[in-house]
Amino acid sequence: MQQTSGLTSVHMQVMWNRLISVVEEQALTLLRTAFSTSVREAGDLSAGVFDQDGKMMAQAVTGTPGHVNAMAVAVGNFIEDIGKENIFEGDSYITNDPWKGTGHLHDFTFVNPSFRNGRLVGYFASTAHVVDVGGRGFGPDANEIYEEGIYIPIMKFAERGEVDMRLIHIIRHNVREADQVIGDLYSLASCNDTGHRRLMDMMDEFNLDDLCDLRDFIFSNSLRATLEQLENLPSGSYRNEMTVDGYDAPVTMKVRLDVSSKQVLADFEGTSGLSKKGINVPLVYTTAYACYALKCTLAPTIPNNHASLQPFKVIAPVNCILNAVHPAPVAIRHVLGQFLPDVVFGALHKMLPDTVPAEGSSSLWNVQLGTTPVEGAIPSAGGGSQKTQLLMFNSGGTGARPTLDGLSATAFPSGVHTMSSEVIEQIGPITVWRKELREGSGGAGTRRGGLGQVIEISANPGHRIYINAMFDRCENPARGRDGGLAGAPGSVSLDDGSPMQSKGRQWIPDGKHLVLKLPGGGGYGDPKNRDRELVEQDVRRGYITEQEAREDY
Amino acid sequence: MSYQGHQVRIGADIGGTFTDVVLEAGPIQKSAKVLTNHAEPEQAIVEGLVKVAEKAGIDIDQVDQVIHGTTLATNALIEHRGAKTAFITTQGFRDVIEMRTEGRFEQYDLNLILPPPLISREHRYVVAGRIAASGDELIALDELALEAIAQKIKSSDYESVAIGFIHSYMNGTHEQRARDIIADYIPGVSVSISSEVSPQMREFERFNTVCANAFVKPLMASYLERLVECLEVVGADCPVFMIHSGGGLISIESAIEFPVRLLESGPAGGAIYAADFAARHGLDRVLSFDMGGTTAKICLIEQHTPKTARSFEVARTYRFKKGSGMPISIPVIEMVEIGAGGGSIGWVDALHQIRVGPESAGSEPGPACYDRGGENPAVTDADLLLGRLDADNFAGGDIPLVTGRSVKALECDIGSKLDMDSETAAIGICEVVDENMANAARVHAVESGKELGDYTMIAFGGAAPLHASRLCEKLNIDRLLIPPGAGVGSAIGFLRAPFGFEAVRGAYLKLSQFDPGWTNKLIQELSSEAEKFTRAGAPDARLKREIKAYMRYQGQGWEIVVVLPNRDFVAGDEAEIRRLFEVEYIRLFGRSLEGLDIEIMNWSVQSSSILPAVEPVAPVSSETLLSPTSKRRIFDAREQAFVEAGIYDRESMAAGSKVAGPAIIVENETTTIVNSAFEAIMQSDLCLLVQRKSRKTNAAD
Repeated sequence: MQQTSGLTSVHMQVMWNRLISVVEEQALTLLRTAFSTSVREAGDLSAGVFDQDGKMMAQAVTGTPGHVNAMAVAVGNFIEDIGKENIFEGDSYITNDPWKGTGHLHDFTFVNPSFRNGRLVGYFASTAHVVDVGGRGFGPDANEIYEEGIYIPIMKFAERGEVDMRLIHIIRHNVREADQVIGDLYSLASCNDTGHRRLMDMMDEFNLDDLCDLRDFIFSNSLRATLEQLENLPSGSYRNEMTVDGYDAPVTMKVRLDVSSKQVLADFEGTSGLSKKGINVPLVYTTAYACYALKCTLAPTIPNNHASLQPFKVIAPVNCILNAVHPAPVAIRHVLGQFLPDVVFGALHKMLPDTVPAEGSSSLWNVQLGTTPVEGAIPSAGGGSQKTQLLMFNSGGTGARPTLDGLSATAFPSGVHTMSSEVIEQIGPITVWRKELREGSGGAGTRRGGLGQVIEISANPGHRIYINAMFDRCENPARGRDGGLAGAPGSVSLDDGSPMQSKGRQWIPDGKHLVLKLPGGGGYGDPKNRDRELVEQDVRRGYITEQEAREDY
Repeated sequence: MSYQGHQVRIGADIGGTFTDVVLEAGPIQKSAKVLTNHAEPEQAIVEGLVKVAEKAGIDIDQVDQVIHGTTLATNALIEHRGAKTAFITTQGFRDVIEMRTEGRFEQYDLNLILPPPLISREHRYVVAGRIAASGDELIALDELALEAIAQKIKSSDYESVAIGFIHSYMNGTHEQRARDIIADYIPGVSVSISSEVSPQMREFERFNTVCANAFVKPLMASYLERLVECLEVVGADCPVFMIHSGGGLISIESAIEFPVRLLESGPAGGAIYAADFAARHGLDRVLSFDMGGTTAKICLIEQHTPKTARSFEVARTYRFKKGSGMPISIPVIEMVEIGAGGGSIGWVDALHQIRVGPESAGSEPGPACYDRGGENPAVTDADLLLGRLDADNFAGGDIPLVTGRSVKALECDIGSKLDMDSETAAIGICEVVDENMANAARVHAVESGKELGDYTMIAFGGAAPLHASRLCEKLNIDRLLIPPGAGVGSAIGFLRAPFGFEAVRGAYLKLSQFDPGWTNKLIQELSSEAEKFTRAGAPDARLKREIKAYMRYQGQGWEIVVVLPNRDFVAGDEAEIRRLFEVEYIRLFGRSLEGLDIEIMNWSVQSSSILPAVEPVAPVSSETLLSPTSKRRIFDAREQAFVEAGIYDRESMAAGSKVAGPAIIVENETTTIVNSAFEAIMQSDLCLLVQRKSRKTNAAD
């Protein structure tokens, strides 16, 4: 008996691993064929497999926590809106509804039902950020969602294998870079197909007619393992708040964590109201980043699925800035979303000291540039004359950890990668003059915060550029923890020192360079307690100046 | 020189634990395994050489050629043990090798540690001067500043200098000028420049590659010079060639100049070894599977040629995880390596699931059954409990295995936590490690747009034959070949490698602006570079050439490799290039896209000597079914039960000998497990062919 049940569990475990490998393959297919910079360089995508009721069984680990359990909820919305009776083999469903998908119009979610021998056994879903959705372009400047681009409600992209060409036609005439956008939509549908094919191979090999037993095994194990992690937490309520720059007025985010052995609830009551511009966050996205912070700290090794996410609940009052509802503009919801782990960590620190990092730069400094040829100018050799959109991902410093320095110029909580400056210069008519660590920007502490970076960019001769700025922590730097000092705030200016706005579209005057100084991470612990050798090493390497060493340490 | 009219060739592979030396002279093949000498690695080669020469009865002065591959350069990078190196780069880009990709390779670890840069910040110098993306000069090189840096380098006792400037793959003149200035100031100092070491686009990868080259250069130069000297002293006064990461041979002088090309040369030997058997047995689609004590390596071999890539990652610091090592952008035989070997340790995670590796018990203390203090259950312990190993006859009886130790370790670390007996725990470990390897193979195949169903597996390395037939079941592969002498496979592989070199360069071209003149000039330059290196080793050989382009739809981030026609290009060829791209794109992703321009990011030209045609292995004409002299219980995972397996001695099997699974075929270096669904037939070249019982075919068809 001991051997039989043992064997069954080994067998189930092998199948679970295979299922995770199936969704990783699904995600990989998407990654390789996508056009959007944020998908291919930043892994801004997700892929998952769901049971026949739309409950998530496995999700690929990708570059963005922003889709954690946003996707888990999405498939249920699809089943409801399409209607069970209208679900056929060969179908594919589409939406970019920010509230039923993953938080802004740029993310398209596709769901394909998976049939085996004529019977529905589950669903595959995938999400990716596309190059363009029309409207004002990617940036914070819209006043309502209607200005942010085309809005596709949940509907059929394909029925019984036939793609709805009328839908393609409409989309084609509503977006910039239409070929790439349409290419990405097909990629989404076909990566779900890849997932389906791999699932059928797996079910053949393991002789399965449905996924019910496997699902039950995955859910019961995941829930039990997650609850085991919560078991010994000190129950109680823990609060924190953090203020950041916002669009035109500071935004304060407040959280209260109610912790018991069965559940962790994050309530964002008391958070600032809506902004007039697109930095508002739909609740799905708030939930994703808040859960990510909780999972990182409390149950980092347990894979995301319906059951392992169950004990984590997130609520926020309607129309606070973290629960924006239609028709609020939400295009750059990532700016505040990426601060949520800092907010949640502050509360967790009160429950579990010496576990979480100090505050970091956190929100990415995405440089969205538009380039346009100057009329009548002769383009320089090689670069060509181009009207184009460029997107670069850049990261400041992360907060120092209880036993380790923060990471310099590294994305957290987002998982993006930066792009090669050489490649960027091949693609668009700009020159990157500088991209290196920003000396002295890490918050002092027993453990030093990570350094930010400095970036300097100009248009090539014959071109002008504008920037859709969406930068934060220029007024509100990352705070240190337990006596650690704050990291340096960010700044946006020209090379002659004249300041620029940190949010919104602005042209760079001819002949000037744009200079971005990215924020550093906060320090951890009293700087006076920092190991002398490390201070000397920091000076030798130019991470800090001698003066700072004397004053701060 | 030469022996009875045959060329006498030596293959020598220095690994972490052993140095393998193989001698070949016509039909004679002898091998020796000696312990690696970490202080003076060349001594172990000499020791091995003396041994094999003695075994073969050949005088050392009859040796015609020594071919060598080594992990020394790799180890120097892993251990950050190299020369005191300065890096000079473009102003504004001092921290490229430290900022890496700005990403984290593990999303859920709050205490993540990123790999430190090879050259720390105080040793990185910047100088003004700028080349544009087009290759034009934007700002002249600040030569005065360079002289000041040269002065500093001289006074600070740097042993090696790396130079990497932005866009130098388009225009290397600033780098060349900088090298000249440094060389003028400090005659004899070793200088590496990125436009020569790795002229590919993407500054992080290229800078890291030139830094790695500079970092290991003095060490490798001194080692290789000593090696040549030592060989001369014992009488092997013959040319020495090095195997490089791309699987070809280069002269020792080239190796000294570009030691970064020697990384991963040992594993490359293994892939060539498998490719050679693929050719002899006429197998066009092969998956090579090499499983040792710590890791398993998997490589796709098509048309007898291992799959290659233009960059790879060494020295991964975090569970073999992608992104946790250093990128090196040079051509390489592409392999997937995962932490799955005989020594990999089984454990139970937070989800109450059995996990295996990547931690390994290594050879010291080794698996629990070695009884040398290892207390955690390793894959070898699980194999022992499932009947796959004979406790009294492991490694030819050299290491007696203690079953009781395995039982205890399995019960303690796994059984007690999951309420299983030790046998079930062992089944769990084997199934999980086999599944891990199968998944790695499957994902690699998918990434390459292949289905493994019609592949043949070639398995070698100590632990591979124990797990290969189960792996075939999981991958739906019907045929498995286990060559003889697999313990020294890499060293034998060295002797099968062609002279060859692949030159790669970043150069951006939009297909809509295709310019045959520009393209031909580029290909010509790459061809001369590749041929120069190939000719240095093989002045008179007939050479073949392959041209490849790394292409994508404009706007994508992932390039696919397209083999271009081997000829001069003419106006209008863009249609043909587009067609070739689309064929490959459809093969990989199912459909091509309309209305989009195509861009080429990198180009490569490979030149290599044409190898003599291999002698095909004749299929065995008749089969004789052997019956076992004894039997043992082994676990068959597909049957989910223990079965009685016949035990056979590999040495006593002649060509045509056949055994039916379940069977255990024992040899000195390893044991082959033939699962119930398979049978094994000895081939005329003493390869063991394991195939599904229902199929009655030979390896040659």
